[in-house]
Amino acid sequence: MTAVAERAEAEPEAEEIPSFDVTLKISRFNPDAEGKPKPYWQEFTVTMHGTDRVLDALHEAKWHQDGSLTFRRSCAHGVCGSDAMRINGRNRLACKTLLKDLDISKPITVEPIKGLPVEKDLIVDMEPFFDAYREVMPFLVSEGQEPSRERLQSAEERERFDDTTKCILCAACTSACPIFWTDGQYFGPAAIVNAHRFIFDSRDDAGEQRLEILNSKEGVWRCRTTFNCSEACPRGIQITKAIAEVKQAVIRGRV
Amino acid sequence: MQTHSYDVLIVGAGGAGMRAALEAGPRARTAVITKLYPTRSHTGAAQGGMCAALANVEEDNWEWHTYDTVKGGDYLVDQDAAEVMAKEAIDAVLDLEKMGLPFNRTPEGRIDQRRFGGHTREHGEAPVRRSCYAADRTGHMILQTLYQNCVKQKVEFFNEYYALDVLLSGDPRTDENVRAAGIVAYELATGEVHIFRAKSVVFATGGFGKMFKTTSNAHTLTGDGPAMALNRGIPLEDMEFFQFHPTGLAGLGILLSEAARGEGGILRNSNMERFMETYAPTLKDLAPRDVVARAMANEVREGRGCGPNKDYVLLDLTHLEPAHIDAKLPDITEFARTYLGVEPYTEPVPVFPTAHYGMGGIPTNIKGEVLRNETDVIPGLYAAGEVACVSVHGGNRLGTNSLLDINVFGKRAGVAAAEHAQTVEYPELPEGVETPIVEQLQRLRDRPATEDRIADIRKELQETMDANVQVFRTDETCRKALADIKKLKKRYETVAVQDKGLRYNLDLLEAVELGFLLELAEVVALGSLERKESRGGHFREDFPTRDDVNFLKHTMAYKTLDGEGLEGTDIVLGTKDVVITRYEPKERTF
Repeated sequence: MTAVAERAEAEPEAEEIPSFDVTLKISRFNPDAEGKPKPYWQEFTVTMHGTDRVLDALHEAKWHQDGSLTFRRSCAHGVCGSDAMRINGRNRLACKTLLKDLDISKPITVEPIKGLPVEKDLIVDMEPFFDAYREVMPFLVSEGQEPSRERLQSAEERERFDDTTKCILCAACTSACPIFWTDGQYFGPAAIVNAHRFIFDSRDDAGEQRLEILNSKEGVWRCRTTFNCSEACPRGIQITKAIAEVKQAVIRGRV
Repeated sequence: MQTHSYDVLIVGAGGAGMRAALEAGPRARTAVITKLYPTRSHTGAAQGGMCAALANVEEDNWEWHTYDTVKGGDYLVDQDAAEVMAKEAIDAVLDLEKMGLPFNRTPEGRIDQRRFGGHTREHGEAPVRRSCYAADRTGHMILQTLYQNCVKQKVEFFNEYYALDVLLSGDPRTDENVRAAGIVAYELATGEVHIFRAKSVVFATGGFGKMFKTTSNAHTLTGDGPAMALNRGIPLEDMEFFQFHPTGLAGLGILLSEAARGEGGILRNSNMERFMETYAPTLKDLAPRDVVARAMANEVREGRGCGPNKDYVLLDLTHLEPAHIDAKLPDITEFARTYLGVEPYTEPVPVFPTAHYGMGGIPTNIKGEVLRNETDVIPGLYAAGEVACVSVHGGNRLGTNSLLDINVFGKRAGVAAAEHAQTVEYPELPEGVETPIVEQLQRLRDRPATEDRIADIRKELQETMDANVQVFRTDETCRKALADIKKLKKRYETVAVQDKGLRYNLDLLEAVELGFLLELAEVVALGSLERKESRGGHFREDFPTRDDVNFLKHTMAYKTLDGEGLEGTDIVLGTKDVVITRYEPKERTF
């Protein structure tokens, strides 16, 4: 008998957790449906509790109302980056958005992130996003012979790119960017963040190549500093600042 | 249906899978099939660090690390494997640094190290600074760094492909010439079934914590790898040993790293007493996880829990400088703020043990080769990471040793798989190897609608596992769990899925995953019932001491050919000897 179960038996009057009803208004789309399917709205009303997140409400709808409701998720606490979606018009992670922080007197709208092809309901095709990421050489390049122990790096040098190491590739930033919506060729904020992470790493020797890539037609100069990306980032990365630092580095030719 | 052929096929793209891919890729034609995009893997949720006796900040050596691992694992650790891991830890950390991992640094610019539970100097004298870390997102940085290097090396990934069956040339229970032949996988986007033929297959599918209700594990950690292995006649080792991490956010199970205690955090009960002083006078809050988790559960049981229902204890960081917390523990303090609305600078954080890590899994030797019994390997089949049982964790894994395990044994499995593939031809595959899976999927789709739901069966499984096979176990509770699982398996045979489509049918895959969990939960409960002693993470209230005379043995669980097993299951249990080299079992004190 576990401690928890014993306690429950001993104290049947243990506090009931208060519950409340919320309505989700979800954008549904299945290209395989009959006829010429189009996206449509569907409402689900579910009973939830105080510490629940939007992801819990989506699960409740899927698990007890409509199993065909489809979305990605994994870790459920904001570190894997699977469940970026538009919640009440803002890009958020469903697992990091608490229901109690939303206005539940009206339906909560949930849509797929914008700018990427919708595959089904809240699932988008992530390949264009990862293609842009892969194009900026998102890996350490170092010339010369490797040391036998670790490379030395001062705490200050390490701190220089700390913020951009936090990226979880959820695409909340890139799919919040109005430039990316209208020009899918633009690398987008996430790719620039991941370039920044290496450009400003003292151990890296490929900064100039990355700056050249980002100086191209679809590179950093497309950014119009609208700050949507910084607002959308669930990791709190100062993305617009990182992009500005990359722009500066391009102008100066080197970090 | 499409058929693909690769020399080396890696299943899973977490730390172990990608570390294996980086070794196999340059040596052999390699592909990775993964049900998640690689950067979604749960390696990324690991926080505190990766231990290696670099001795960058104080005296340390691999032998002390080996000893701590063996003792922490309550002497069920295979000591040859622990020695390999502790020795190779140093290169494993340096490899990652060279790949670009942004470790925190010392004032001299070396990799910084901090304290972690159970890691000591001079065989238990005092905590040692052994954990190499990147703030409290070390796992995130390992996952990102390995993926970055996979991009650099152009590793081929099949993203969102679910492995559903492992193909072997025969039955490992009866055929001594059995070898690995490939994988049957399901493509999420299209619903198409693919056959991947391979000369070597590496299982790196991670854990199975979703059989519990309160867990730090991702929704996707459903034990697909070990379950498909078991179903094909491969044994599973030490499945009754499951780790409950002391500091899950109360009620939610979200992990708060042991690094919080490594940096000075203290556990307190409702009297604000530092209760670990009573349970572990030397290491206190930094005793191994099984000891701390039981102490916490005991405090609650004896009425010294906190909160309205007295059902949790407190993790106190309020005596630490906010700047120190921000520098060393930024993510986990944000979890406390986001999910519980608690400000760790000024308020202690409600915590309670959360199901965290399976010490058991697919048995392997130190090369990562999968065993089909106590002694014989299945050529071409490998496993690494949480899915595997080498066994470097024995009865209880030390903090940080999982990130180490995936790197050391992921690398070893990748090398061995590629070298094996260079020496053999593809095994013959009979026609229709995919039939069992195709038929199973069709049955799930075709069944008439039921009142019963996949989600309800899963919830009841998780509830019985939390109630009966958690920190404290007895004969009675294990039998209760087995009886519940049996009923749930029956219901599972008739339950229908609602989504009948081919495209992104996660409804169908959740059903398949539940089937895997039910199989494994039964093995966990049965192993817990039959191990009539207490050791590491397995604690039997009716047998509260360790019994080396009868149980200093690994458990090996086999699915029977005729469906007749112990206690009304289709599982029988055997044993495997523990490898003891340097350290004779002693009573553990901390």
